[in-house]
Amino acid sequence: MKFLVFIEQRDGKIRKASLEALSLARKLGGGPAAAVIAGKGVAALAKDLGKYGAGTVYLADRDELALYSNKGYVGALDAAAKKEGPDAVLIAATAMGKDVAPRFAARNDVSALADVMDLRVEDGRLVAWRPVYSGKARAEVDCGSAKLQIATTRPNVFAAEATEGAAEPRVESLELGEIAPRARVLRVETSESKELDVSEADIIVSGGRGIKGPENWPVIRDLQQALGAALGASRAVVDAGWIDHQYQVGQTGKVVSPTLYVACGISGAIQHLAGMGTSKVIVAINKDPEAPIFKVATYGVVGDIFQIIPEFAKAVRAAKQE
Amino acid sequence: MAYVPDTETKIKIGGDGKSIDETDVKWIVSPYDEFALEEALKIKEAKGSGAVTVATVGPERAKTGLRECLARGADDATWIDSTGTPSLDALGVAKALAAVAKSGSYDFYWFGQKGVGYDESLVGPMFAELIGVPHVGSIIRLEVGEGKITAHREIEGAHEVVECPLPVVLTAQKGLNEPRYASLKGIMAAKKKPIAEKKLAELAVPEADPANAKTRWRKLELPPARQAVKLVPADDPAAAGKELVRLLREEAKVI
Repeated sequence: MKFLVFIEQRDGKIRKASLEALSLARKLGGGPAAAVIAGKGVAALAKDLGKYGAGTVYLADRDELALYSNKGYVGALDAAAKKEGPDAVLIAATAMGKDVAPRFAARNDVSALADVMDLRVEDGRLVAWRPVYSGKARAEVDCGSAKLQIATTRPNVFAAEATEGAAEPRVESLELGEIAPRARVLRVETSESKELDVSEADIIVSGGRGIKGPENWPVIRDLQQALGAALGASRAVVDAGWIDHQYQVGQTGKVVSPTLYVACGISGAIQHLAGMGTSKVIVAINKDPEAPIFKVATYGVVGDIFQIIPEFAKAVRAAKQE
Repeated sequence: MAYVPDTETKIKIGGDGKSIDETDVKWIVSPYDEFALEEALKIKEAKGSGAVTVATVGPERAKTGLRECLARGADDATWIDSTGTPSLDALGVAKALAAVAKSGSYDFYWFGQKGVGYDESLVGPMFAELIGVPHVGSIIRLEVGEGKITAHREIEGAHEVVECPLPVVLTAQKGLNEPRYASLKGIMAAKKKPIAEKKLAELAVPEADPANAKTRWRKLELPPARQAVKLVPADDPAAAGKELVRLLREEAKVI
């Protein structure tokens, strides 16, 4: 089965989620897959992709592709697909991937298996599990009658596996016509802190109403920094204006699947559980023993977060110094 | 507009093993669609002219959702009746909406960045591709200029600022605005506003036939149950902190 993988880069850095998708394609295809990368001055990145499973890399290296544009990047993916003729296309379900996949799919008169958490091949057809109703259920899905099968893979779920000594991929430049997108990115505004986003983090430390007020974020931040984690928040504290929406985990926030999720003073409303219930290990610290969060937690402490969290952070730092 | 199970609803699996049990489900306008409608209404109010049409693909109950949108201030509505095709895929929904959108001329096409049900985030950009209009997805801020917009779209740890001429397809992310509630006057007025009805079968949507669907649900399950929680005593906070670290290192092996 022939796979083509869309490789996302920003500022000349390949996103890890794309390498996860590429490794997955190599595994499912039983050999090197094709990849496509778009940007400006990204030719050097193409070589790195061999390690993660690329046999061929289609390269769209143009000044006009320096910043993301849907038209430019979907155009590159579509040109690569026309050359390669894949059975399946994998795209990481990042902000860019979610923007690219549907337009590419519609252009090819197909749909996509979105945000999958498990993917396999049965008789040459993709079969996936994906969370639905924000993780309150999961659906097994396939691509029905679609000739071209497309799946977007949830970041942090599949392994990015490098093979040392893998052959350098064959690089093929794509001939693209004029790229003049109507929707044009003027600039990218990075938040000053350059914080790790919850959707990309291996470890998340989240705060809820139990933190009592925005003045107490430093308590949570301390643990977050000790663990090298991203900061998350419940809907209650976002709606209360204690923190920006970009931190919200849950049904109307981000749906995440980190290796470790630490819920601090979060009761675990169904909304929130829907957003983090697929985390591998969950630690809950809450003073209410009846809080629903303990139903999904792997480890729990029924106690005062203001007493437990500083000690937890201290113990993490001590352990890391060993 | 997508009419979806209330976000507070507990999901139960239906007898067919591939859809939800709809008994006791409360249905709501998808929260992201509320942001989309609110922004459309705000644009109309700021301009002092224009009209907002709201459209949905769904069974009879979806009309209740349309009435709610009319009560909040939309001017008219189109209901694409998909009775008999409960599992229409994203491409099918986008094609159905594109078929009815063709009959009007609009400057803005609004969608929620996802429906809180299938959670695919596909329909808006697919629709844009089908009608040949650019889109800006997952926006949290919008400035409307003369014949163009500037939108801030949420990406990982940053915002992309995108400029685009009209017409444009926009998908709304939380943070864009605070949706209004319907007033009593709005609810009364909504009763007199028109809802046009189309049958899905009469539109050019091959995906309405399950044999032509481009994605299918084969099975639906509740998530696997998690193991019972292991409680760490809290009476000595320092000991509790150390024990958590030990469990995470030695047992779970995640730090």
